[in-house]
Amino acid sequence: MANSLKLPPGPIGSVGQRSVIWVRKNLFNSWLNSILTLLSFAFVLWVLPPIIEWAVVNSTFTPTIEACRATTGACWGFVNANLRLILFGVYPFDQQWRPLLAMIVLFGIIIASLAGVKYPRLQKMIIPMWVVGIPVIAILMWGGMLGLTYVQNSAWGGLPLTLILSTIGIVFAFPLGLLLALGRQSNMPAIKTLSVVYIEVIRGVPLITVLFMASVMFPLFLPDGVSIDKLLRAQIGIILFTAAYLAEVFRGGLQAVPRGQFEAGDSLGLSYWQSMRLIILPQALRLVIPPTVNSFISMLKDTTLVVIIGLFDLLGSVKLALRSDPAWTKYYVEGYAFAAAIFFLICFSMARYSAYLEKELRKGERR
Amino acid sequence: MSKTQKAPGGVRSKGLTDYLNDENVRAVIYQIVAISLVILAGWYLVSNTLANLERQNISTGYGFLDLEASFGISESMINYTPESNYATALMVGFLNTVKVAVLGIILCTIIGTIFGVARLSSNWIVRTLAAVYVETFRNIPVLLQLFFWYAIIPGAFPAGRNAWQPIPDVLLTNRGMYLPVPVADNAYSYMGIAAIIAFIVIYFIKKWATKRLDATGQPFPIVWASLGIFFGLVLLAYLVGGAPTAMDIPSLQGFNIRGGYNISPEFMSVLIGLTIYTSTYVAEVVRSGIQAVPNGQWEAAESLGLKRSIALRKIILPQSMRVAIPPLTNQYLNLTKNSSLAVAVGYPDLVSVSNTTMNQTGQAIEAISIYMAVYLGLSLITSLFMNWFNKKMALVER
Repeated sequence: MANSLKLPPGPIGSVGQRSVIWVRKNLFNSWLNSILTLLSFAFVLWVLPPIIEWAVVNSTFTPTIEACRATTGACWGFVNANLRLILFGVYPFDQQWRPLLAMIVLFGIIIASLAGVKYPRLQKMIIPMWVVGIPVIAILMWGGMLGLTYVQNSAWGGLPLTLILSTIGIVFAFPLGLLLALGRQSNMPAIKTLSVVYIEVIRGVPLITVLFMASVMFPLFLPDGVSIDKLLRAQIGIILFTAAYLAEVFRGGLQAVPRGQFEAGDSLGLSYWQSMRLIILPQALRLVIPPTVNSFISMLKDTTLVVIIGLFDLLGSVKLALRSDPAWTKYYVEGYAFAAAIFFLICFSMARYSAYLEKELRKGERR
Repeated sequence: MSKTQKAPGGVRSKGLTDYLNDENVRAVIYQIVAISLVILAGWYLVSNTLANLERQNISTGYGFLDLEASFGISESMINYTPESNYATALMVGFLNTVKVAVLGIILCTIIGTIFGVARLSSNWIVRTLAAVYVETFRNIPVLLQLFFWYAIIPGAFPAGRNAWQPIPDVLLTNRGMYLPVPVADNAYSYMGIAAIIAFIVIYFIKKWATKRLDATGQPFPIVWASLGIFFGLVLLAYLVGGAPTAMDIPSLQGFNIRGGYNISPEFMSVLIGLTIYTSTYVAEVVRSGIQAVPNGQWEAAESLGLKRSIALRKIILPQSMRVAIPPLTNQYLNLTKNSSLAVAVGYPDLVSVSNTTMNQTGQAIEAISIYMAVYLGLSLITSLFMNWFNKKMALVER
């Protein structure tokens, strides 16, 4: 320890020396690790070159079937030729700027909401942004006013549909989940039982069964003459499903608020709702921001399931593009890889941000 | 808050508003309102449904389960023909779900543990490769992965005529994998019985060993003894049964492959997809379980003079298991629930068979209620087990 005080400031040794030390310490620090390192290098050298060769070197971007047949590599031309079909589904071709704009608005609100956690000035804007943003997106997508032609739900598709289903799912599930979480924590036996039964039943069944129920059984539930379309049914199914999961996330937050805070609210003479609104929820919700982002990520991935009940989200429109022309059908790897890359980009960056937030929010507790 | 509430020596008699401000009275009112709302909504939905069903001439009830199913199922673990009834068909679907879920759980635990440990490796390249694996497959929707494998598997292998043999007698074709299996023989049932007996014997030996350890402090090599008893008894049963060696080997006959055990491409893609996707979550659970044990525990074990292997087995693992097992069970449950996505690639699982049933009979409510009840039952059993397990594993503090 005493010797270290005499060392000069800054890193020790030349760059070369330091990298040798790093390699020794991180790659060859024991017999087992040396073997593992060599094996891993061999694996990378075995796997990576063919992939790069296929995906980059020999690939073609030319959007014609002839160019694809001529190459031995990836046919990105399939994605290039069908890009708008993949991204926007069968939305009227000349109107596709509308879903594009809606998507940009949606992304903007999502990013601003996520950033709002860190910047208090943005925080106050989160709810107004959603209140204004959702109708704007609805007008853009549906149209029928402001000179926009009306576009039916059944024509929606692609990435905007994926984002809308998952975002609206979370936004509407948020209040429902909060009520369920409060119900589960309640002292009133009947309300507690109802909440617990709802949460556990929904969490006990797969999403696809809820979606099947929404698409097959909802029409039976409604009185004669009333019908809601497939997209809305799926959306309701997703909201009901997400609410149960969010309720458990919120319960975690509520349980993490110390009992003294509830008692403090009581002793100030605040009513239940006052103390919830002013004391408990601000603390509890702050704690659950990272898991809520994680719920959003799994929701985004789970919305692909609407393919099974016949809606065309991003995955569905890739399948649509693959089927659109028999010549393209064999380029499924390229199509799926493109969709996978989009999902990966969105989910991975959100997961990173959520992990970062978790660290940030804990800073206040470390004194 | 009413000023007169709970005034000592109550001069004023209680009015209606006092009752309404009483917390207990309010609680009762809230609950009555909530329950009646739920009942009203339920009644509304049920009456609508009954009216709709009557209009569409659909009878309700589970009577259809006895009718002849008259559709084929590509793979089945029990005897099933199109002449069997719907109940048998649903049973086939349920067993297929169980099959893929059990295998998936075993495989994802093994793979997930390897990657979870690898993420904590001191070796940079091992750590990085594991992180790439976990982050990639966890951020791509599982359904997309299933579609991908289902497109790859039949496309990547040759037709039956030019079947590919990576290992002798194991055939890979675009119709799946064909494995040689032993021909049925009495010896195999003897081996099953021997295995059960071995488990019972091991249970009692373990009890005795624990007692002896508590009484005298002498350890007993329970792991080696158990392995010896298990394999010894099973091998003995095999020899007693006459040591049969006949195998059912798949071979090409005409354009098709006959014999052997066929693993369909549908099953393979569901199994591979679910295993890889869930293994990334298992890896994270394992990693956090190991990280949750403080370093001081290793040091404490070392200062007691324990070997590293014993410290791992007796001190570290029991503590990380306590952290890891509840989320691990959640992942197993997720895998089981995700196996319902098999419907998208045509693997005849419970949901897929129920959907065929639903389309043929029009009994939507009954079919959906059956699979929901099955999944719910599985979840409830799991959470009951978890509660019991948590109680057993919980730290007993003074």
